[in-house]
Amino acid sequence: MSISEFRFLAPELNLLGFALLVILIDLFVKQKKVLAGLSIAGLVVSAGFTVVMWGMPATDIFYRMLAIDNFALFFKLLLLAAAALIILASQDYVSKFDRFQGEYYALVLISAVGMMLLVAATDLIAIYVALELSGISLYVLATFLKDKKSTEAGLKYLLLGAVASAVLLYGMALVFGFTGRTCLMCIAEYVQGMPGAGLLSNPALLLGMVLLAAGFGFKIACFPFQMWVPDVYEGAPTPITAYLSVASKAAGFAVVLRVFFVALGSPEWISLNWGILFAVLSAITMTVGNVVAILQSNIKRMLGYSSIAQAGYLMVGLATIGMAIGNDALGQSGLLFFIMSYAVTNLGAFIAIIAISNKIKSDEIDDYTGMGKRAPLLALALTFCLISLIGLPPTAGLIAKIYIFSGAVQHGLLWLVIVAVINSCISAFYYLRVVKVMWTGEPASKVKVPSSWALRIALALCCLFVLLLGVIPGGFVGIAEAAARILGS
Amino acid sequence: MNFPYLSAIVFLPVVGLIVIALLPKPDQKTIKFTALIFALASFVLSIAVFCLFDRSGGAVGQIQFEEKISWISAINAFYHLGVDGLSLPLMILMTFLGVLAVLVSWNIQLRPKEYFIWLLLLEASILGVFCSLDMVLFFLFWELELIPMYFLISVWGGGRKEYSAIKYVIYTLVGSAMMLAGILSIYFTTGSLNMMELAGLETARPFIPLAAMFFLMLIGFAIKLPVFPLHTWLPDAHTDAPTAASVVLAGALLKMGGYGMIRLCVSIFPAVALQYAPLLTALAAVSVLYGAAVTLRQKDLKRLIAYSSVSHMGYVLLGIFALSQVSMNGAVLQMFSHGIITGLLFAMVGVVYDKAHERNLDNLGGLARQMPVAVVVFSIAGLASLGLPGTSGFAAEFITFVGSYSSTVVEGIRLYTILGVFGVVLTAGYILWMLQRVFYGPPLDKYNDVPDVSNVEKICTFSFVAAIMLVGLYPAILTDVIKLGVEPIIRLIGL
Repeated sequence: MSISEFRFLAPELNLLGFALLVILIDLFVKQKKVLAGLSIAGLVVSAGFTVVMWGMPATDIFYRMLAIDNFALFFKLLLLAAAALIILASQDYVSKFDRFQGEYYALVLISAVGMMLLVAATDLIAIYVALELSGISLYVLATFLKDKKSTEAGLKYLLLGAVASAVLLYGMALVFGFTGRTCLMCIAEYVQGMPGAGLLSNPALLLGMVLLAAGFGFKIACFPFQMWVPDVYEGAPTPITAYLSVASKAAGFAVVLRVFFVALGSPEWISLNWGILFAVLSAITMTVGNVVAILQSNIKRMLGYSSIAQAGYLMVGLATIGMAIGNDALGQSGLLFFIMSYAVTNLGAFIAIIAISNKIKSDEIDDYTGMGKRAPLLALALTFCLISLIGLPPTAGLIAKIYIFSGAVQHGLLWLVIVAVINSCISAFYYLRVVKVMWTGEPASKVKVPSSWALRIALALCCLFVLLLGVIPGGFVGIAEAAARILGS
Repeated sequence: MNFPYLSAIVFLPVVGLIVIALLPKPDQKTIKFTALIFALASFVLSIAVFCLFDRSGGAVGQIQFEEKISWISAINAFYHLGVDGLSLPLMILMTFLGVLAVLVSWNIQLRPKEYFIWLLLLEASILGVFCSLDMVLFFLFWELELIPMYFLISVWGGGRKEYSAIKYVIYTLVGSAMMLAGILSIYFTTGSLNMMELAGLETARPFIPLAAMFFLMLIGFAIKLPVFPLHTWLPDAHTDAPTAASVVLAGALLKMGGYGMIRLCVSIFPAVALQYAPLLTALAAVSVLYGAAVTLRQKDLKRLIAYSSVSHMGYVLLGIFALSQVSMNGAVLQMFSHGIITGLLFAMVGVVYDKAHERNLDNLGGLARQMPVAVVVFSIAGLASLGLPGTSGFAAEFITFVGSYSSTVVEGIRLYTILGVFGVVLTAGYILWMLQRVFYGPPLDKYNDVPDVSNVEKICTFSFVAAIMLVGLYPAILTDVIKLGVEPIIRLIGL
């Protein structure tokens, strides 16, 4: 290891520097908008560093602690974009916190650093440290409103997150205990060298891996670890809810992909088991998410359940990769494409909700009645994003679904695809209910809904990408394919 | 490369809706004329395509006006448009109805800007369905049509509009969900998404049994057509939709189901279609008789016309799965003819309701005195619907029945055809009874001030009548084209 390896961490270090700078400058300036500008500048610079590194041959740094490859860079860019959009959209929201605006921005940046390290981590210890770095920042952010609900949300998130961390750590300890290694590639080599029945002959090691899966399951909120989602999503400040639902989930999927399909997925018979496991969990996750979402009257809660359902669709991709490790191109790039499309769509939906809820001071779906008259553009943007979440054209959602499902059909998961498409039909019911009240009802008041330019730009960007991914997906598919290449093909 | 006619036809309405969306604070007139101009432009271009279409013997089974650009290379999907004898009449039907739908909506007062945006989007997506030759592109347009229709029904409709709109969406989505699974299975069996290459699919190692793929696709189309017992969305959606949406729904949207059945079920799986044809033709006979019987009992004028569609679409199903050249020719002609006849019927219901503010047949009566023009037009539409010689309805039904009866490949087809013909008798019953209850009988005082058809409505309804007469008197204008598309498909059956 040499000092020069730090240059590969330029995006993270830069962002960390900007986070500290934001805290420092917060002490001196009265105009808190400066801080938002500064944070965005930091994110843009980091994105610049990341883009420059795109396409380089993959390298491991710090004794195989972190990997610098297209896969990691893809997620880093996604996380940076999500953080930037969240900060733009927070402009209308931060007035709710009378103090600590500087800390808010700094925490968003620090959690982004944590997640960026997480998607690059190839060592159990690095994974844990990165997970906690992002996790702890997010716990604090969830409580930022300091009202009853927000505090409850933060506390629940903290407690359940701590349990998940403990489970994860226990799993890591078992894996380390039985292999004597912490680096993922070394563990993979060890497992491959195991005699005969391999993993199955060593139940303790298997238990360790199941516990790892459980710990990550919390992060991506798949069944049966989805309980925290609705409460936390409802109580947390809306920009943070959006951040959780997009960035945190994307990072979770990245680490699952790395651990289960790069490190532990090499022997075919193991991965086959993962495939079926993920397929079953996927079917349950999406069904639970969609069915319970129908009953919700609070839009943030509804989107919380919807994000569980979306995690279920994403797991179709995991299952596909598991069913056909190494020889499946569609499942891998499809999963990454779906994450992209989900990220822009969900961010767009939440940003529109931030603007609307800010004015009407309510998250109840019924209070959105007649929003088409009060705020036609916001309502249109929200409608567009909801249509994408259903998976109707001409949006990213449809192409992403066709893409990810086609991989699944190819590898014998037709039953799962049928479950998934039926689920899409169920989801249309609750998404369209929001659309319906916005466009058909009479508004309670005629007052227009104002929004800041920053928020409008963020929303316009999201909608633009939802449309582009839905109409000319070619270039984005290329990016997803390049990023997916490390997953052994 | 030649002028991309088809792209222009499909996307002119989209351009129109963007123009309308960008107009700063337009008045109603500007919006309506913009919509009309773009719908007309699309129609004129489609007529141009119709004139330039190669009808020579060498054009059998040939795709014309083809456009093909790589779209999503990862799944081998192309932006691939083209028309043949099968899709051309339906494309013209849609552009024609597109113009008339704008005219029918001339009196829309509520949020006209959004209304015409959705109407144009609806037109573009249906045109896209008829012109796509790539299955993913087809699926994209197929789904796209849901969104404008949902809004048109749930905002501008009447009655239980929100219920009807969501019912419509959910029904269609369930069908298209199955269809997506079918499309993906076909893709991974063959590696192709090109509908024309896939015709007569033969494979030693199907991904799932061919019959399973066939039915996955068929369910989606059967819901759309609709086939008994999957028709229950239709009366609700039709009744509660605004007039123009009903016109497009009955006129062109249902035809997407019939078109899909021919193009993606019969053409790709001829052997499976042959195997299950007796079942499907039996269902067709049930649809015809059940639809007609239920129609007889309707009290609501609009619901009555809606149910009659179930019955008439039964003829289409019968013609398709009789699997003879003549019958399938008849089925396609019947789709066109039903499109203009029912379009006109819904337009006339709209006119009557607009003036008299009443749709209940028990309360209507004696309107012939106040609305002399309306009664003539309505009667022509009604007579065309029951198949009076000289109208398109007669030509289409006659060809369908003759073709089905003489089909040699499907068992029991004669019985089902005879049952189907009996549907015509029932049609005559409900149509004449309906005309009598609306227009004849003693004039009612409450309708004394009801005005007759306005000028815009005259332009609109007379165009319908002209089209009905044209096809009725000279059906060869369409059948010459249709047979170019049908012949290769029937040849696959003969193998």
